[in-house]
Amino acid sequence: MAKVEKKSTPTEESLRDFLRDMLLIRRFEEKVEERFRAGELPGFLHVAIGQEAIAVGVSHAMEDDDIFASTHRAHGHTLARGTHPNNVMAELYGKIEGCSHGYGGSMHLYDVSHGNYGANAVIGGGLPAVTGAGLAFKLRDEPRVAVAFFGDGATNIGTFHESLNLAQLWKTKTVFVCENNHWAESTPGWQHSPVWDDMSKRALAYDMRSIKVDGQDVEAVYEAAQEALEHARSGEGPVFIDAVTYRMHGHYIGDPQVYRTKEDREEAAAHEPIGRLRERIGLSDDEFDEFDRVAHATVDDALAFAQAGTDPKPEDALKNVYA
Amino acid sequence: MPEVTYREAVRDALGKAMRENDDVFLMGEDIAEMGGSMGVTQGLLEEFGPERVRNTPISEMAIVGAGIGAAMAGMRPVVEIMYEDFLTLSLEQIVNQAAKHRYMSGGQVTVPLTIRTQGGAGWSPGAQHAQQLEAWLVHIPGLKVAYPSTPQDVRGILWTAIHDPNPVIVFEHRLLYPVKGEMTEELEPVELGKARVVREGTDVTVIAIGPLVHRALEAAEQAEADGISVEIVDPRTLQPLDEDSLVASVKKTNRVVVAHEAVTRMGFGAEVAAVLQYKAFDYLDAPIERVGAKFAPLAFAPVMEQYVVPNTDDVLAAIKRTVGK
Repeated sequence: MAKVEKKSTPTEESLRDFLRDMLLIRRFEEKVEERFRAGELPGFLHVAIGQEAIAVGVSHAMEDDDIFASTHRAHGHTLARGTHPNNVMAELYGKIEGCSHGYGGSMHLYDVSHGNYGANAVIGGGLPAVTGAGLAFKLRDEPRVAVAFFGDGATNIGTFHESLNLAQLWKTKTVFVCENNHWAESTPGWQHSPVWDDMSKRALAYDMRSIKVDGQDVEAVYEAAQEALEHARSGEGPVFIDAVTYRMHGHYIGDPQVYRTKEDREEAAAHEPIGRLRERIGLSDDEFDEFDRVAHATVDDALAFAQAGTDPKPEDALKNVYA
Repeated sequence: MPEVTYREAVRDALGKAMRENDDVFLMGEDIAEMGGSMGVTQGLLEEFGPERVRNTPISEMAIVGAGIGAAMAGMRPVVEIMYEDFLTLSLEQIVNQAAKHRYMSGGQVTVPLTIRTQGGAGWSPGAQHAQQLEAWLVHIPGLKVAYPSTPQDVRGILWTAIHDPNPVIVFEHRLLYPVKGEMTEELEPVELGKARVVREGTDVTVIAIGPLVHRALEAAEQAEADGISVEIVDPRTLQPLDEDSLVASVKKTNRVVVAHEAVTRMGFGAEVAAVLQYKAFDYLDAPIERVGAKFAPLAFAPVMEQYVVPNTDDVLAAIKRTVGK
């Protein structure tokens, strides 16, 4: 992934990098859907199609030594932080070359070399650890920040509240990024939270600084993340980002979405972030096609790499077991 | 050797570890000014300050989870869960997170976290402040579990736990805190997975943990008067388990009693019995006896509590059954 020079307002070239990354994530996940439906991929997969701007905007604002915890919808965060698409795809195929060496799968992508301390399949499961890592950075006086990605559904679980309270109380170097797509699996926001249309009220309860941002506007996300990271890094305390976004596909690949109206899906599609950025940059068709060609080629290479990957030996299941 | 209490031994291990390594710090409810609800951490705030002896909100998920994150980020946190009954609140973090990160990452991350907790009956706390839940955690691959019974052992085990790269849960027992025992001047680390022969004997082996080690010692003295020679082995760590030492003792005595304060059903003793019937089947001259609490929540009224919790007489009766007396 392209490295962007840090400035509070992204340059035109940065925006092009954002677009490249968002396109790569989109094409990657489309390919994942295709291979899953073809019966090639084991397990349980979730794509973040429509939500790419948050992963890319936040990731580009992070410093190399910052770390993050992700969720069951982890492909975008992992790719945006720089893990090679080959290693992500290989993980989905359960290969040794995978970023978790076949032990994790789609919902447990790790890559410590790129700050990924684990994607969590328990809603809210990673929030306390990100608080603790932010505490460690504070205790050691390290200029690092721990970032948590999670959805609006996670704001109802105990770990969320205990973590926000503790993080603010101790002013840990933590940024909480709520990818607020208004769905907790099949349950709409208005059915699961009294503050579903303004999650920053959750932060208010803990006296935590919060930023509400249009999660489909990668530029705005980047700027919000910069501000939040700077605040946390300085030791002034954690920040909560309510990034409003749209999940264009189902909760999982294959989800028939019987709970969702046609209008709702159309609304999500209308907020598609890649076309919006393309328009913002004013990219010509030829330029866009070239970006897209590169993204497709990268994904095709990743697929070939993964398909040709090495299967673990069955007894490798007992490695990494210390007790 | 000087005699110290179990409580002082725990405190000694914590203090020494914190003096040795700045990455070691403590988190838990009421552990700072108050010194912990059991007084274990008294004096540590004064020596190490509030950054390293941290009072937490009543948030068991966050206490354990923040410990996990700090550990993954390079610290050596020691967290205290005030009562093991409250461990149930943090089980998601222990079972799904602490136990799994190293594995799910294919070995990329480690979680050098120590969780201390305590429980135990005998003071009428009722059903929510005295359970013995160690068996729950032994069932989870990815967790090391210890249950030391003496000052010397708890200090050495805690020291090893803090230095282990993986999560270790150390169970302490409330009634053991004031109990004195000999402790060496120098701290002697205890390797996890090494049992200790507490008392040598020839007729029956009692495999006991925690307070039952002490009750077994009393029972052994009484059995001696009846001409029964009792060997007592304390596994000290339940995961990893020193199966070889247990088997060796059984091969010597041919009779076994397994004793713990937790309820007998699905207790740790069930696993020990299964291991021994498989690895020492030809050496067993009697059915393996299991001593544990009766299958009921703990009642408040002292007479009912005493009825449920295994005591010295229960261990003695089990010993006698194995030799047909």
